[in-house]
Amino acid sequence: MKGVRHYPGFLGITIVCLMVLYFPLMVVAVYSFNASTSITAWGGFSLRWYVDVFTGPEAERFGLATWNSITIALIAASLATIIATAAALAMIRGGRFRGWKATYGLINLPLMVPEIVVAVATLIFFSTIGLRTGYLTVLLAHITFCIPFAYLPIAARLSGIEPRYEQAARDLYATQAQAFRLILLPLLGPGLVSGWLLAFIISLDDFIITNFVKGAGMETLPTAIFGSVKQGIKPNIMAISTLMLGVSVLFVSLSYLINQRGRSSASIKE
Amino acid sequence: MVGPATDRPSGEATYARIVRPLLLPTWLVIGTLLLLPVLLMVVYAFLTKEFRGGVEWKFTLAAFEQFFINRGLFGDEPAQIEWTYINIFWRSIWQAALATLLCLLMGFPAAWYIATRRPETRTIWLFLITIPYWVNLLIRTVSLRFILRDNGPLNEALIAIGIITDPLPILNSNLAVQVGLIYSYLPFMVLPIYAAVERYNFTLSEAAVDLYASRWQTLTEIVIPVVKPGIVAGAILVFIPALGAFLAPDLLGGAKNFMIGSLIDEQFRGSQGNWPFGAAVSVILMTLVLIALLLQARGARRPS
Repeated sequence: MKGVRHYPGFLGITIVCLMVLYFPLMVVAVYSFNASTSITAWGGFSLRWYVDVFTGPEAERFGLATWNSITIALIAASLATIIATAAALAMIRGGRFRGWKATYGLINLPLMVPEIVVAVATLIFFSTIGLRTGYLTVLLAHITFCIPFAYLPIAARLSGIEPRYEQAARDLYATQAQAFRLILLPLLGPGLVSGWLLAFIISLDDFIITNFVKGAGMETLPTAIFGSVKQGIKPNIMAISTLMLGVSVLFVSLSYLINQRGRSSASIKE
Repeated sequence: MVGPATDRPSGEATYARIVRPLLLPTWLVIGTLLLLPVLLMVVYAFLTKEFRGGVEWKFTLAAFEQFFINRGLFGDEPAQIEWTYINIFWRSIWQAALATLLCLLMGFPAAWYIATRRPETRTIWLFLITIPYWVNLLIRTVSLRFILRDNGPLNEALIAIGIITDPLPILNSNLAVQVGLIYSYLPFMVLPIYAAVERYNFTLSEAAVDLYASRWQTLTEIVIPVVKPGIVAGAILVFIPALGAFLAPDLLGGAKNFMIGSLIDEQFRGSQGNWPFGAAVSVILMTLVLIALLLQARGARRPS
């Protein structure tokens, strides 16, 4: 059995892949603890750049940008999750209806169109209807591109839950609303959480679309970082990057663990 | 994005009667905030440029003419082909194609190796491959810029080992952009190929070996044709974002190594911008992406 699965050198290439993916991140994380002001020379271990992030000259700008990023991500992820859940119910439990394929295409449209094109189209749209670019336009754009990311795990989870659980509830005189709230929603839980988390991360990470529709004066964390990096990489940028890196890893790990637990606890698929 | 697990309506149609209200928010949001804007953008590509970065609602082909035709500085010379923008597209296409190829050469063995592990170890490997994808692309590109600098860690390490004496000017070159593209999109290649290899029926390989096929023959003549849909999906997932990439060329390539993304971005910056031209370039980019997707649809069809 082992023979046909084994190809010499494949392990090596896998390790090269992982090194390519992780090496730059690790270097930045290490240098963020550098005591020296120069970004090239190592001056010993220090947390001064983390202190600088919260108290330094750029602290206010980054603080505001962080606030914008987090509130936008919270609202966009939550609305996208609600919209995606409704869509998943219709797509998976709605039977065959006209326009199924078109709707499927529409949900996945934000993934098909290159990001820069989405950015251009959205900016042109807001400018044509006369909506001033700022917080609201960024939020609207984020809700839109978050929908497919929330949809994927929710729909995957829903298609793994057999309809007979709700059927049993209905047989016992539960209304459709009750069957949804008491039976389907708890079973759907892990899918909802990982959909929300992924949408949250995607929103928090977006640069290109935000940069187009944010207008002057408004910043999110990625656009603020981009603005600073254009003038050269300073150590405080590496500290911020490392913090964001930590947040991303934490969220993905959470999403992953919740999905794993969901899969093992609910042996729904039998 | 990867698996077709949710493609078909399944089970009882418990929600059949309220399909419309359930889908209404999706139609409204994506319809008005993305589909409509994309159509509007196509219209914009045919409008007249205004001085302060806006448009006049007068139909013209000026944007496409500017892209393809050169009539000299004052517009009075005989029409020639304008190479500036075609060259930018050409550079973007080969950069994206090369990145796709290199991602495939690295990603296929990795995906194969991971998919042939025991289930428990498999999820750990897979998790390691996916994490970087969820880390902010901007931060990843910035870290690469940090490493590739003239006096950055990579050059210092090479000098310390004694391979080179003067730092290699990697940053602001096509090479740096290429490294950035591979680094950005490698996980996109691994995941769909992994999904295909995981479903691969290994008895096919055993049969081939029993019939005296070499390892290499088994790989090229049995395995690759069977997992081809995964390879094509991975190639598409790398090629499309790489073609329209903005951060890698902008932060690693410098001003000389313009790609489509920077060209479009430039048209919407301040009063120097040209919105109809930016819209036209976007339309041309979208057309290329559509062609790539059509080719994928053809390539993904399993050989019967």
